[in-house]
Amino acid sequence: MDIEEKTLKRLNSPQELEALRQELQRASSAKSKTITICCGTGCLAYGGAKVAQGFKDEIKARGLENEIEVKTTGCHGFCERGPLVVIRPENVLYQRVKPTDIGEIVDTVKDGNIVDRLLYTIPGTKTKVAHEHDVPFYKKQMRLVFGANGYIDPTSIEDYIGCGGYTALAKTLYSMTPDEVISEVKKSGLRGRGGGGFATGAKWQSTQEAHGDTKYVICNCDEGDPGAFMDRSLMEGNPHAILEGMVIAAFAVGAHEGYIYIRNEYPVAVKHAERAIAQAEAMGLLGRNILGSGFDFTVKINRGGGAFVCGESTALMASLEGRVGEPRAKYIHTSERGLWDQPTVLNNVETLANVPLIINKGSQWYSGIGTANSKGTKIFSLVGKVNNTGLIEVPMGITLREIIYDIGGGIPKNKKFKAIQTGGPSGGCLPESRLDMPVDFDELTRAGSMMGSGAMIVMDEDNCMVDIARYFLSFLEGESCGKCVPCREGLKRMRQILDRIISGRGEDGDIELLEDLSETLTWGALCGLGSGAANPIMSTLRYFRDEYESHIREKRCPAGVCKPLITYNIVEANCPNCTLCIKACPAGAITGRGKKVPVVLDQSKCTKCGACFDVCRLNAVEVR
Amino acid sequence: MVKININGRDFEAEPCQTVLSVAQSAGIDIPTLCHTEAVADYGACRICLVEVERRGRKRLVTSCLYPVEEGIKVTTDSERVKKVRKTIIELLLARCPDSQAIREMAENMGVTESRFALEEKAETGSCILCGLCTRVCSEVVGASAISLVNRGTAREVALPFYDEASSCIACGSCAYICPTGAISLVDAGSKRIISWPNGTVDFQMKQCTRCGSHYAPVRQVEYMIESSGLSPTEFELCPDCRKLD
Ligand SMILES: Cc1cc2nc3c(=O)[nH]c(=O)nc-3n(C[C@H](O)[C@H](O)[C@H](O)COP(=O)(O)O)c2cc1C
Ligand code: SF4
Ligand code: SF4
Ligand code: SF4
Ligand code: SF4
Ligand code: FES
Ligand code: FES
Repeated sequence: MDIEEKTLKRLNSPQELEALRQELQRASSAKSKTITICCGTGCLAYGGAKVAQGFKDEIKARGLENEIEVKTTGCHGFCERGPLVVIRPENVLYQRVKPTDIGEIVDTVKDGNIVDRLLYTIPGTKTKVAHEHDVPFYKKQMRLVFGANGYIDPTSIEDYIGCGGYTALAKTLYSMTPDEVISEVKKSGLRGRGGGGFATGAKWQSTQEAHGDTKYVICNCDEGDPGAFMDRSLMEGNPHAILEGMVIAAFAVGAHEGYIYIRNEYPVAVKHAERAIAQAEAMGLLGRNILGSGFDFTVKINRGGGAFVCGESTALMASLEGRVGEPRAKYIHTSERGLWDQPTVLNNVETLANVPLIINKGSQWYSGIGTANSKGTKIFSLVGKVNNTGLIEVPMGITLREIIYDIGGGIPKNKKFKAIQTGGPSGGCLPESRLDMPVDFDELTRAGSMMGSGAMIVMDEDNCMVDIARYFLSFLEGESCGKCVPCREGLKRMRQILDRIISGRGEDGDIELLEDLSETLTWGALCGLGSGAANPIMSTLRYFRDEYESHIREKRCPAGVCKPLITYNIVEANCPNCTLCIKACPAGAITGRGKKVPVVLDQSKCTKCGACFDVCRLNAVEVR
Repeated sequence: MVKININGRDFEAEPCQTVLSVAQSAGIDIPTLCHTEAVADYGACRICLVEVERRGRKRLVTSCLYPVEEGIKVTTDSERVKKVRKTIIELLLARCPDSQAIREMAENMGVTESRFALEEKAETGSCILCGLCTRVCSEVVGASAISLVNRGTAREVALPFYDEASSCIACGSCAYICPTGAISLVDAGSKRIISWPNGTVDFQMKQCTRCGSHYAPVRQVEYMIESSGLSPTEFELCPDCRKLD
């Protein structure tokens, strides 16, 4: 325990919690302004720590500590424009802030002026936006779960309490029965955010009803999906919300012990979670006799080694027990027989972070957001060929088009949209014709993709869908635990077939073979890794079959990606012999023939590096 | 007792039974590769898949692991079952074309050739990674001398660090239980030679003090002395000579 944790006062009743909350709020409103600096992983990478320290020093040097509060927070989502600085309460957003900007910002904070040059500019226009909530990236979002990240210092339990933290816990312990909690969660319609979309209330109920001396609550913070970082950002930015959700879950099912399974590659998340646990224990919000209610619940952290399959429930539990993280068939659910064969609730980070909201605002409010069978919001990581990348939280039912164009700001360089991959490695690729589809668990599944953890990758005309399918497949092949035949042998074969197709050795019948293997994996694999692994293939075959066919029949890659299938050619009509390509070509494959005469490209020397294509400004090099 | 239906026939079963055991005792054939009564089921080969209809929803399940449930309808040879099984056996056939057992099982399913390229010079031997050998060694023998190492396509059966046979008592249970013949055991006079997919070890055999025959591996005898608490003199004679006493 830190020195600081020792000074935290234990709270013994909801009244004491409420009194503390009011006191904290008074203290913070005594300061008229707050400068919040994002110190999430993304902003730190752009130098956020230096900016934060700079602000602290500056405020101190000017003796403004009693008027202006400087606060470091977790990720705000718009990492791409980091380091982000927000001046509250006005919510003026500064982006790409450098230590040299600090003086100027502090100058303006008190009188309410704005440093124009640090504002976000809408791409392609000269329009500057002053306030966070007017930035297009944030405008259509509904940041119920993730929003608090921008307001609280994740290392300060007081910050969380000041924002109303742990009031849902107090309400749960003092005015609800376990059955009422479960019924409330059921009525809210909350479904698991870890991938499967299983109804959270139903899961809790079966654990509550299961027989067992000991029950467990586990928070799954493995987050193995490449490109996904919402769980990490929540754990780093608002760990107490997850702890609060865990205690409520524990109370509902009758568990007294819990674990956070967290990947070791997330050191900040581990640190913040550890700290949050120590603080919550010191304040009587975790551990024995929580808030004086007589209810006990302790949480330990378990660091995972970072194997993708360890996010799968049975493998995760095996790993927690100290065994090899390998899945087993679960015809008896882990809610009945999970960790050490005891009834266990396993929930995703984001799922748990939704729980305090539901308890506080009620299931009716919560179920008013979203679609018929998918309630609330979902955090997505939006990456790829899209102008605004980052973490977004949107209500279920928003369309893909709104996500890509309104929030994401569209496709860079005026390229054409081609597909969006959703759901992580076991998800699927959806084409333009699906852009107006409302995003929810069932619609995505119907369209041949899935919600998964919420990774979204936008692709444009320069992406080859066969190549993309191969990328996901080889990721899964590398992550397969190797226990069952369809996954171990099947994924290897599928990848081999795709390798062949991509290198121009595809044959008639390859597509059918891929389809057979897909069926075998989907129906025959032991765990979710194998049974979801065919989705990238099946969805690309469904929507982009012609690309497979051109690769196989015409030995042509329509997107110009698969090296063995493309050639670079000189468009003679456009080439005035500017010689840029000649200088760029590392293989000496291009020769000039004098002024105004088009250059010549020798295919036998060309290594297809693409340098000539990249440098040519006159569209005189084309890919075929 | 629970009532279940398999291929249109009704059966009664104990709730702890699996679909496979009910079917097998009724004489309904379901192929298996990684199941034996001797060790806990593992569910790795997936060849025992059957279709189960439960509350109107059909899915494929592993019959060796699936506990019977009141009212389920099982089909052991639906089109989907046959198709998936067939692809699985083709995958195994391509992995170990030299295994007689796999070839025979494939032929029984009407598969004589695999649509997949054969593994480069059958590097994997005949091992299908069913894990029966490692399970029998740890669960029955109690030696845990071999294990499945590495994950994914690099998975294989191996001795610790690929050459430490120090826990092996040379009992041969692994070779006996291997369904594909990937482990071989040869008794050559004073030596017993066991070959696993990754390593071959010679073990010294114990000689009968009366007839001179090499009747059991020294290590196995030592193991029995230790675990049984009997006097070492009890093991000086081979079983045949002991009978004569
Ligand atoms: C291969 C595989 C990987 C998974 N990885 C994760 C993960 O990283 N995080 C997670 O929360 N769930 C993951 N899941 C889903 C979990 O097994 C489990 O369904 C989920 O954590 C349950 O929580 P929820 O009901 O709150 O969604 C994975 C599933 C599979 C099959
Ligand atoms: S599906 Fe893949 S990851 Fe899952 S058990 Fe089988 S081999 Fe392992
Ligand atoms: S692709 Fe590369 S190697 Fe080929 S001509 Fe252009 S620059 Fe030269
Ligand atoms: S022979 Fe060795 S490896 Fe095989 S079962 Fe016996 S002890 Fe185990
Ligand atoms: S050696 Fe035999 S028993 Fe062991 S895993 Fe391989 S096939 Fe199975
Ligand atoms: S890390 Fe700062 S916005 Fe994500
Ligand atoms: S026998 Fe059932 S999975 Fe192998």
